[in-house]
Amino acid sequence: MDYEVVIGLETHAQLNTSSKLFCGCSMIFGAPPNSQTCPVCIGMPGVLPVMNKAAVEKVARIALAMHCTIDRSTYMDRKSYYYPDLPKNYQISQSHSNLGSDGYVDIQFNGETKRIGIDNVHLEEDAGKLIHPEGRNVAYTMVDLNRTGTPLAEIVTRPDMRSIDEAHAYMEQLQSMLLYLDASDCKMQEGSLRFEASISLRPRGQKEYGSRVEIKNLNSMKAVVKSLEYEVQRQTQVLSGGGTVYQETRLWDDIAGGTALMRRKETAQDYRYFPEPDLHTIHISDEWLEVIRASLPELAHERRRRFIETYKLPEYDAGVLVVDKGVADYFEKAASIVGDPKAAANFLMTEVLRELKERKTDIGSFSVSPERVAELLILVKDAVISYNIAKEVFIAMIETGRPAGVIVEQKGLKQISDTSELEAVITQALDENPAAVSDLKQGKKQALGFLVGQIMRKTKGKANPQVIHKILSEKMGI
Amino acid sequence: MTQLYELSGHDARSKILRREVSAEEITMSILDRISAIEPEIHAYVTVSDTAIVRAKEIDARLKAKQPVGELCGVPVAVKDNMCTLQMPTTCSSKILKNFVAPYQATVVDLLLAEDAVIVGKTNLDEFAMGSSTENSAFHVTRNPWDTSRIPGGSSGGAAAAMAADLAAMALGSDTGGSIRQPAALCGVVGLKPTYGRVSRYGLVAFASSLDQIGPITKNVTDAALLMNVIAKHDPRDSTSAPEPAPNYMAALDCDVKGLKIGLPKEYFGQGLSPEVAAAVRAAADKYAAMGAHVLDISMPHTEYAVATYYIIATAEASSNLARYDGVHYGHRTQRKSDLIGLYSRSRSEGFGPEVKRRIMLGTHALSAGYYDAYFLKAARVRALFRRDFDQAFEKVDAILSPTSPTPAFRIGEKTDDPLSMYLSDIYTISANLAGVPGISLPCGFSSDGLPIGLQLMAKPFDEGRLLRIAYAFEQATEHHLRKPALKRM
Repeated sequence: MDYEVVIGLETHAQLNTSSKLFCGCSMIFGAPPNSQTCPVCIGMPGVLPVMNKAAVEKVARIALAMHCTIDRSTYMDRKSYYYPDLPKNYQISQSHSNLGSDGYVDIQFNGETKRIGIDNVHLEEDAGKLIHPEGRNVAYTMVDLNRTGTPLAEIVTRPDMRSIDEAHAYMEQLQSMLLYLDASDCKMQEGSLRFEASISLRPRGQKEYGSRVEIKNLNSMKAVVKSLEYEVQRQTQVLSGGGTVYQETRLWDDIAGGTALMRRKETAQDYRYFPEPDLHTIHISDEWLEVIRASLPELAHERRRRFIETYKLPEYDAGVLVVDKGVADYFEKAASIVGDPKAAANFLMTEVLRELKERKTDIGSFSVSPERVAELLILVKDAVISYNIAKEVFIAMIETGRPAGVIVEQKGLKQISDTSELEAVITQALDENPAAVSDLKQGKKQALGFLVGQIMRKTKGKANPQVIHKILSEKMGI
Repeated sequence: MTQLYELSGHDARSKILRREVSAEEITMSILDRISAIEPEIHAYVTVSDTAIVRAKEIDARLKAKQPVGELCGVPVAVKDNMCTLQMPTTCSSKILKNFVAPYQATVVDLLLAEDAVIVGKTNLDEFAMGSSTENSAFHVTRNPWDTSRIPGGSSGGAAAAMAADLAAMALGSDTGGSIRQPAALCGVVGLKPTYGRVSRYGLVAFASSLDQIGPITKNVTDAALLMNVIAKHDPRDSTSAPEPAPNYMAALDCDVKGLKIGLPKEYFGQGLSPEVAAAVRAAADKYAAMGAHVLDISMPHTEYAVATYYIIATAEASSNLARYDGVHYGHRTQRKSDLIGLYSRSRSEGFGPEVKRRIMLGTHALSAGYYDAYFLKAARVRALFRRDFDQAFEKVDAILSPTSPTPAFRIGEKTDDPLSMYLSDIYTISANLAGVPGISLPCGFSSDGLPIGLQLMAKPFDEGRLLRIAYAFEQATEHHLRKPALKRM
């Protein structure tokens, strides 16, 4: 039988605030265990939480960008469960109310726009980490509370995705939005973006949903895709064999590449949510909401459209440039100075992005500023250097930190456009390559390329190709 | 002759500032008193071994004419559910028996900033859950007026310390009457401020939406003096009130002329001891004689207070006490266990029966299927108490009632009957549910010679007026001057 897959996703995004949700602790990734803690986030007796307003604002930004209704008066709830990485044994979260609800995200899929419903966006705190030492006879576990109290946005979709590819497109769109909104750094390898998927199958055409399976422990988009693939296969097999898929929670094992049963519905936990008495209701005033709304940046898909319309960039170029907000900003800055968007786009997409990849860095920490790159591209535009020389100068700029003009000057890389100077070199080249000359006279065009190459070699690539062509054609009468 | 240990906080401070006596001498006198009397009373969990050092430091500063604080050299006792760096904070529970907090409560910071000398941490019902201090895991505190009787609770240690002169002033905490009821039963003054008036940061939480720290003192003046020190906005407590506090000392005068004082009929019903009723009515008459208008009012929802309270307080407590699990700090079972075993054994061994009872009640009230019927209903009913008070305060400036239905009962008398124990807070609970301030002060004695307390309640943040009304009564009467017959030195 042909089954339709129904997918919903819950995303936990760590917010990139400068301090934790309820205390002043910093959240530096990779810091020594328990060094990013204080009495408040380790749940000492008698401590009280104080709400980090910046976290509320970031969640509100996400919710607004997802077209959610903003609940102007929400509160935090306590979610009770016992686990050693949760020192209070309750998590401060939202359940009875959500900062944002009933929104949507439009994704581009197979050239069409598909709308994914957002059930809610809410604020909560992260838990710590357990470290299980390896080795025989190790009868203990260590607790690292550095992550405890990190602010999280939980973004819950409706079960609106109908394929794994759609789920993937949604996650990419979500990641781009979070980066553009400056809400999360989305570093999956550091756990700042984590997912839970729910998936069910139903015979195509059937209205009712099948039994929903929740998959936990998905720490990358790749894990989501792989786990969904696994579940589609597993559930298809069960259903095709006349079996029953149970409503249950399963854990993804990245190494084994499969899911395993965690708990069934009948043993579902009772979290005993109730309003957090230590915190006030979160009121979002008209003024505050307007400030947040006004601060919303142009998002990637909007920017892509603008790049195509304003800069006349090809769709592909625009798509590549907007993936990373930093790259798009960099591009706009450089393009505005050079005055040639396509030239700036080409150079960024090839040279700059390649260097970033090779040097394993990102645009934010890249040593060459867009102004410097613009200066380099202006040298190309003004025919002071060739494009090939520009690539060489760019590397030197990265390595020395000097501006393009200085490097061109010091290395003597200025293009030779002086006709008399070039004429001597060309005459010499023709004299040395009589065979090519005769080939060219017989109309063999490839000989022209060879001769230009010889001239370039003699000038160490500095000859202005247009001037060479002009002199050659005069001399050879072509 | 008045002994140094008998001095009120205000008098001690004045004598020290006038250099009639040193902080060291006063502190020494209190410590000697503790050595002599504490074996009979058991007011403390921990007595400070650095108090003398600190007193000497303050004397040195006085001698060098350096500036000193409002509580210069005054020996203060702190209930053992407020975190201190120098001494353990046990909450009178086995689960926190040797626990020393890595940080200090805001109120303790404020005391120290005003140069108080903290002489010790006083006994309480475990995690402040109880009305007799019999629920302490360590020892039962005795009522100084009759050591076969309870001192009230949960701040029984602090109230007994005041009655027995084991400190000059004390801090208690009040979730359903835990400052006022022991103050009444020990014949001293206890003020529960408006919810939010005093920072809860560092007060080990019992029921977060009800807990409030306040003074337990030998007289009303001391309550005002201590309020001047502790009633401050604290950014570390989100529920702390931002409005600045007035100077409570300046508010003290004896004028109650024209004030309207209401007697809620629901506070004089069944279960109230005739002797208490008579003493409280006599107090109302006294106010009338002093020029106040005393009128009968009604607080129609009073009968639901205990039920509402025991749902909200236990629900919050079940969550607040979840952190004591043997993993991070506090008692951990010595028995080999898996994770669930570690949790359940550590908690079974660490908590006493009343704490367990309340955790179970609260867990039930929040459980799926019961939340709406219990917790949510109670949260809604809670709004009715606020309305009762709002409506009452449209008619009157203050409400006058008994603090406790009976004088101090005998040790063991109610331990097998939790419900009758819960009813000893019947007159104090409403103020916590509504968040309004309440004060208890002595208004007479029973035929057995046991103190009787009078409760006054006022509008939120009206502690100034509350203290003034209490002060007027105190100045016009002599109940607060009577001392229990303990041995003198």
